[in-house]
Amino acid sequence: MESKHVHQQIAAMRQSFFDEEVLDEKFSQLEQLEGKDNPNFVEEVFTMYFRDSTAFLETIEQAMKTIPIDSIKVDNILHQLKGSSASVGANKVLKEVNKTRQVLGKGNLEGTKAGILELRKEYDSFKAKLEPYFQV
Amino acid sequence: MVLAESGFSSPRNDAFPAGLRVLVVDDDPTWLKILEKMLKKCSYEVTTCCLAREALNLLRERKDGYDIVISDVNMPDMDGFKLLEHVGLEMDLPVIMMSVDGETSRVMKGVQHGACDYLLKPIRMKELRNIWQHVFRKKIHEVRDIESLEGFESIQMTRSGYDLFDDGHFLSGDDTTSGRKRKDADNKHDDRELSDPSSTKKARVVWTVDLHQKFVKAVNQIGFDKVGPKKILDLMNVPWLTRENVASHLQKYRLYLSRLQKESDIKNSFIGMKHSDLPSKDSTASFGPHKAMNMIPDDVPNGTYSFSASNSLAQNVDLKGQGDLKGITSAPVAEPKGALSIDIHDSHEAKSTQMSFDHSLGSVDSAVSFASFNSTTPLQYPWTEIPEIQFKQEGEPLHLENGFSQLPLPGPSMIENEANRSRIEVKPLLDECRSNFVEHLGPVGAEDLFPIQSKGQSLNNQVFDLISATKSSMKTQDVGLNYLADSELALRNLNASGVGVPLATLSEDLQICWLQGDCYPMNYGLQDLECSTYDNPALMAETPFHLYDVLRFDHEHLFDPTEYYAIDQGLFA
Repeated sequence: MESKHVHQQIAAMRQSFFDEEVLDEKFSQLEQLEGKDNPNFVEEVFTMYFRDSTAFLETIEQAMKTIPIDSIKVDNILHQLKGSSASVGANKVLKEVNKTRQVLGKGNLEGTKAGILELRKEYDSFKAKLEPYFQV
Repeated sequence: MVLAESGFSSPRNDAFPAGLRVLVVDDDPTWLKILEKMLKKCSYEVTTCCLAREALNLLRERKDGYDIVISDVNMPDMDGFKLLEHVGLEMDLPVIMMSVDGETSRVMKGVQHGACDYLLKPIRMKELRNIWQHVFRKKIHEVRDIESLEGFESIQMTRSGYDLFDDGHFLSGDDTTSGRKRKDADNKHDDRELSDPSSTKKARVVWTVDLHQKFVKAVNQIGFDKVGPKKILDLMNVPWLTRENVASHLQKYRLYLSRLQKESDIKNSFIGMKHSDLPSKDSTASFGPHKAMNMIPDDVPNGTYSFSASNSLAQNVDLKGQGDLKGITSAPVAEPKGALSIDIHDSHEAKSTQMSFDHSLGSVDSAVSFASFNSTTPLQYPWTEIPEIQFKQEGEPLHLENGFSQLPLPGPSMIENEANRSRIEVKPLLDECRSNFVEHLGPVGAEDLFPIQSKGQSLNNQVFDLISATKSSMKTQDVGLNYLADSELALRNLNASGVGVPLATLSEDLQICWLQGDCYPMNYGLQDLECSTYDNPALMAETPFHLYDVLRFDHEHLFDPTEYYAIDQGLFA
């Protein structure tokens, strides 16, 4: 019973991710890649992603504090973040990254800062959602 | 393996595209992991690496170890497009680019650089599943090439065709057997007879350093403008090579050269050397001065001169010098690989090199009144005798020694600058070269080299920097150094290293000259180096890799051409 309950919970969580567009099809693909020989593949990937992305975000935030702001560097990291987020299907995070990059591209540093805050929020919430999912 | 003449009846048939050997290059570890997984799911054999440099090393170590390369566009150590070029030139493997960025301009750039395909991240499984088509397509084309040449097929078959068969390449009537190229099965099926040439899988022609040298030589002999695959093929006199092979290689070569040319043009600006018609013989001599100026009086530096125009000169000069040297010395200086060294001796050949020098010299002259160097004693060093002799032939192309002493050529400032730049970079290379050469040179008296080297190093470095070729020149230099050691004289003037280098580089330069024909001294310089292993072609060959790798990477910013050299070298190697 419990396990069934847990499964249901997992399923519900997962579904909600897709519904909310927090995750996109990439995530399903990752799941498909999972197999008997590596049942925790998806989790491993996400762990890697979180680790790298957290570092990226911190670097960005640091860069945004320095004056003058090294926008090239920020853009590079955003690009990497974009790639990583795409790899796990972190949909909303990806959107925020793109938005921020666009704003940065226009030279709007203030807007970029705001964008990064948004990004950070999205990312944190994403992480918060996924972690319990994996723990279950 | 069962070879099915028609259709895929061989068990391997089913296997393909399974077991396809894929090399994945991406700086993002998350992506590497995902791609690895996905590819494994397609039953491919996956190798991952996160550095482009590492990838190139892997590819070089096992030339036939991979069927296809997938690379990300944005990577920290090397631009994905550059990697693409390298792989295309050196290994002729299909390369797929991928990126999160799917902008049309990027995709176009990818295709321009030779990518087979451009995938957008996130990559879907189905996209990866289909990458085998690129491998297959290449195989078909290769087979077609073979078919076009009568008799080649049989040769090819025996040589490489068996790879196909071994792996169960099935021969299908007109359809080329796709089969994965399996190098493991190399020649296992020697006894197999390919009844259907078209079906035989043509093994991809590996453009070894030797082969490429021949190619370049042939191109230079014909004259870059008049070159045509058929002519080249005839000149090269390689029985199993097909016209198609040459044609496609020529195309790549041209692209490469034009790219170098652009870069050299930029570089030339400071030297102001452009291929101008230089007095044929004199030019060589002038190279000497150039070299000295930039690099080390030894012609060797010629190659190193970064300036494109001058480069050619430098190289040419070097080559010549080397050729002469080689001829004379015959000893330690192993004849440069390929005809260069030999050619040098040959008057006609030398001429050709000279010609190249001339061109370069011309430019050089204009830029720098190296002429004064020309007079410089080719090599006062012990082996200078040789060089002198040779130089004389050429018109003293190598006044290396003299050049050294004369270093104060009018235009030295320019060269010096370059040299200086290259010096830094060249030095490491030189050291490498030296060590390499020293070993080989043995007889020369490696020790001598060292002292000279140190001196020449500075010069050499300069020279090297100038021209990615410096690497090659280094080698030659090493050889030269040995000789020079005795003559410290020249070396001192030059920085010793310069002289040493010229000798070595000369041979190489010659190669370069030939290779370049027009003025690709730069590239050739490197090539020459590698190819022109004086003492030990093999030894040289070994060094080149790391040399040019070093050059490549070190000088990347300095000389893009160096990268090309690497490629060239890769070709040679």
